[in-house]
Amino acid sequence: MPGWDDSPDRLYTVTRGRSRPPEHAFDLVTLIVTEQEPVAGMQSEHARILGLCATPTAVVEIAADLALPVSVVKILLGDLLETSRITARHPRFAPTKARLPDLDTLKQVLHGLQRL
Amino acid sequence: MDSNGSDTAVLPGHRAPLRRTADNGLKIVVVGGFGVGKTTLVGSVSEIRPLNTEEMMTKAGEDVDDLTGVSGKRSTTVAFDFGRITLDEHSVLYLFGAPGQERFWFLWDRLFSGALGAVVLVDTRRLEESWYAIDRLEQHGLPFVVARNNFAEPGHSLADVRAALDLPDHVPLVDCDARARESSKQVLIELVRHIQSLAEAAAAAESFPEVTE
Repeated sequence: MPGWDDSPDRLYTVTRGRSRPPEHAFDLVTLIVTEQEPVAGMQSEHARILGLCATPTAVVEIAADLALPVSVVKILLGDLLETSRITARHPRFAPTKARLPDLDTLKQVLHGLQRL
Repeated sequence: MDSNGSDTAVLPGHRAPLRRTADNGLKIVVVGGFGVGKTTLVGSVSEIRPLNTEEMMTKAGEDVDDLTGVSGKRSTTVAFDFGRITLDEHSVLYLFGAPGQERFWFLWDRLFSGALGAVVLVDTRRLEESWYAIDRLEQHGLPFVVARNNFAEPGHSLADVRAALDLPDHVPLVDCDARARESSKQVLIELVRHIQSLAEAAAAAESFPEVTE
């Protein structure tokens, strides 16, 4: 993506210099839902996220829409979660290494794919 | 891809929103070399046109967890595509097309931990591009299948491909046409069936530990 490799300053501005989301572990496919409308004077990226997530929207879709790296979006989401403007629906299947998904989940995925 | 940063008005209305009841995201990763057809495969089964996004790391290949350092260091990004399939009122399957080259794997754990499994998409003209990805997936212990994207009349049998990839017998190897929805769908079904058989075997081993001892 042009414009990124050479503009770390913009990332710094967007996140106001913060580095990582405090204790919120957002997955790429955590679904975000807006709970409160954006208000005047809000940072524009925050307002845009709230606009996007009127219906559940995955973290990775937000990153694509905002044209921001995933880690930056996670920081912004951390802000919104802390102020209860969004809720996060985390993936149910979060295996540790070498653990396989349960059979019910797999059956569900299979049925969904077969219906395509 | 057109990306002018946050000044660009993005119209989310371009793509169908998820159902309000959606609350469970799932992941499958499609790994392969440049131009092998990852995005084509994702696009052929996805309910949205594939989107592109990126993650950053420093030149050293470390995760960026301190943006204050990014200003000083040269950071680099890894881009990936994705699409999605709504499975039912709760579950949404995200398909990620990810490059197979070495630098990408530094981000694997951060991006794709929790994936159900992976599809390694191979092009027989450049099989060597898949060796590294197959090695890494085996190390990770993530279930995967290998799909040969058939652009033309295959010059090699699948047995030849298996031998050239040094692929163990227990890893499924199938042919596909990534442009065809039905064919791409069958690859995903093959993967899920493979994970099912692994999970069933694991469950059986747990129920009858004395048998496996």
